[in-house]
Amino acid sequence: MNQRYVYVLAALLTVIGLSLFWYKWQILGFPLGEDQEKPVWTIESAIRFDSGPGTIKVQLHVPTLTPGFRMLNENSVSRGYGFSLNYGSGGREAQWTIRRADGEQTIYYRISVFEDDSVDESDTVPPFPPRPVITEPLNTAVEVLVSDVRDRSADTASFTTELLRRMNDRSPDPNVELLLSGVDTQSDFVGIATTLLAAARIPARIVHGLPLGEGQRHAELVPWLEVHDGDRWLYFNPSTGEQNLPDRFFVWWRGNEPLVSVEGGSSVEVDFAVQENYLDAVAIAETQAAQKEASIVDFSLYSLPIRTQAVYSVVLMIPIGALVMVVMRNMIGIDAFGTFMPVLIALAFRETRLFWGVVLFSLLVALGLSIRFLLERLRLLLVPRLSAVLIVVVLLMLFVSLTSHRLGMETGLSVALFPMVIIAMTIERMSVVWEERGPADAIRAGLGSITIAVIAYLAMGMAWLEHLIFTFPELLLLVLAVVVLAGRYTGYRLTELRRFKALGND
Amino acid sequence: MLGVARRLRKTGVLGLNERNSDFIMRLNPRRLYPRVDDKALTKELALAAGMAVPDLYGVIAHQGEVRLFPRLVADHDSFVIKPAQGSGGDGILVVTGRSKRKRDTFRLASGLLITQDEISYHLSNIVGGQYSLSGNPDKALLEYCVQFDPVFADVSYQGVPDIRVVVYRGYPAMAMVRLPTRASDGKANLHQGAVGAGIHMSTGVTMNGVLNNEVVDDHPDTGALVAGLEIPHWGFILESSAEAFEVTGLGYLGVDMVIDRNRGPLILEMNARPGLNIQIANGAGLRRRIERIEAIYDAGAKAAERAAIARREFTD
Repeated sequence: MNQRYVYVLAALLTVIGLSLFWYKWQILGFPLGEDQEKPVWTIESAIRFDSGPGTIKVQLHVPTLTPGFRMLNENSVSRGYGFSLNYGSGGREAQWTIRRADGEQTIYYRISVFEDDSVDESDTVPPFPPRPVITEPLNTAVEVLVSDVRDRSADTASFTTELLRRMNDRSPDPNVELLLSGVDTQSDFVGIATTLLAAARIPARIVHGLPLGEGQRHAELVPWLEVHDGDRWLYFNPSTGEQNLPDRFFVWWRGNEPLVSVEGGSSVEVDFAVQENYLDAVAIAETQAAQKEASIVDFSLYSLPIRTQAVYSVVLMIPIGALVMVVMRNMIGIDAFGTFMPVLIALAFRETRLFWGVVLFSLLVALGLSIRFLLERLRLLLVPRLSAVLIVVVLLMLFVSLTSHRLGMETGLSVALFPMVIIAMTIERMSVVWEERGPADAIRAGLGSITIAVIAYLAMGMAWLEHLIFTFPELLLLVLAVVVLAGRYTGYRLTELRRFKALGND
Repeated sequence: MLGVARRLRKTGVLGLNERNSDFIMRLNPRRLYPRVDDKALTKELALAAGMAVPDLYGVIAHQGEVRLFPRLVADHDSFVIKPAQGSGGDGILVVTGRSKRKRDTFRLASGLLITQDEISYHLSNIVGGQYSLSGNPDKALLEYCVQFDPVFADVSYQGVPDIRVVVYRGYPAMAMVRLPTRASDGKANLHQGAVGAGIHMSTGVTMNGVLNNEVVDDHPDTGALVAGLEIPHWGFILESSAEAFEVTGLGYLGVDMVIDRNRGPLILEMNARPGLNIQIANGAGLRRRIERIEAIYDAGAKAAERAAIARREFTD
């Protein structure tokens, strides 16, 4: 009965721990490893203009639907301007307003994005576009071209490809030549293409985007052609007709409207700068989780102040030390002083490093023990004697620190990190065992303590484990489950096999 | 490694983890612990049940009472000082006599002389809790020093040999005699180097001894054969052990008895966490015996009946 509860509890803890872990890892994208960093691009658009005499209103198209990318954050830098984000016909628009401004003005809009394949076009299906009103003789050219292309294509995609092929032909037919006369920018070219597609009743629009590279001081917006085939949006390279998107193509805005409009200003210039840097995947996952409104992350340790985080990165490893303790005591059967003394010593080793930790600890205990034997002759009562040992330990720490500093060994300074009360108790326990059970037992238990401390230190010092526990504290539920199960382990301890060896021989 | 574990399991050897979780935690409720952990209380309970215990000369419960010590032992030349809540024989001082020249100097079982001052310091340590299981302040008991039965004269070095019986739910399950050695400093504690010898449950005759987990034939200090000694009052010892279950209510119990030359078997102390070395001393596993007891368990059986059943059942 009892046993079954233990198994149920352990299973429950394991399931809760693992499912939380899986959710954070797979759904929220928290990284398993320590140094996982993702590239994050910060794109800055600077709007420069000369202010006029009256009120100024600046409107800028900003990214709305960005297939392949997810926004980390966005902000605007504009001194004295009122700022708002609105939805317009072509997506989101940032708007800055000010009653009065003098001289040249610069407004910055900054957005940080990272790659996320799960983001796709979630746009609504557009209606069939109205037949564009085109004056003669262009209208005839359009009709001839459209019917010609339609004859040579099977569906929307092949129609678009064929159309673009013709428009890009080195020796274009007269109709194309007529239509493209007076076109000098790529976006005008794509504009003509959308008009032609509209004439064929195919929804199409221009997308303006930035191919994100390692970092560009002056990035150029690239116009691309987007065509809806009744099902989803397809992307076409306007200069080749191929159906594709450039690598890491970040869509800024869609449509024929100008990128920026400034009322009350002149000589408007927009400049894009792209900066790539690597950000901790944890930070990205947290922002993402906040966007998904996953309340579980409100309790994440990364939301704590850095100093507190540092404390918890150590504290969270104590259960691992306790687990080592359980294994050493209940499964292997090593004698040690105090239940958790070795774990606390192992914590101190974190600061002193292993070698010096062992040396300093042994030195302190040995010195303390010899002074404890001197105190024994004074016949002090128990509590005053313990206090005397504690004071001696403190003085010894001071002595060791000063001596090693004089000798130029800075590691000796970290001796002050040892838990002195624990050391004083250890010395007292050890001296009692020494007297009652003899030096052999006392030294054996002392060595056992150090052995466990070293193993606990090695286990608690594993960087990947520390990161894993810190990012996924719910894994401690698994540790708890193991400890609970170990609490019902009724098998032999490893040292008992040797102890009862004589009984197993027959 | 696994092979050893399997063989041990087949022999029915009980491990520490199994003892703790399956027997101590299940059969020994915490609230009953004081009955055995506080030796003063154990003595009281045993006396009330009509069992024989060593006489109590006095109790020192506070630091201020330490100076009463000479008065408490004024009429006795030999006595034992023990912490009421000590464990594993720690803190026990056996005084066998006084110095001929000075009355305030005592002779220990080891032959060493000890001054009254030193004894007072030891009493202070006991009262301060140095030997208590919990580290809390403790009491020091002053009691009759047992004059052990001559049957053990050849197989003990100083100190007092005692008999440990492990009682499972009122049925004696296994027994051994613990013989002090020079290494154990006169203490009957296997942990400290005393020799343990299993006792045949039916006949009360000792078997081979064990020293530090190794089987030995003779006592390391006296050289006398350990096996083949007939324990006097064996039936009475088993009955008293069985009765200890009623006194303490503990289902997994170790009863320590000594045989006094004049007064016969006396209950020295009881233990709620008896060690597992008794298995080595007997060359047998406790779990096997416990399984047999479970099979024949009868809640209504009287102590004497249970002792008789144990004698009848455990003939191996």
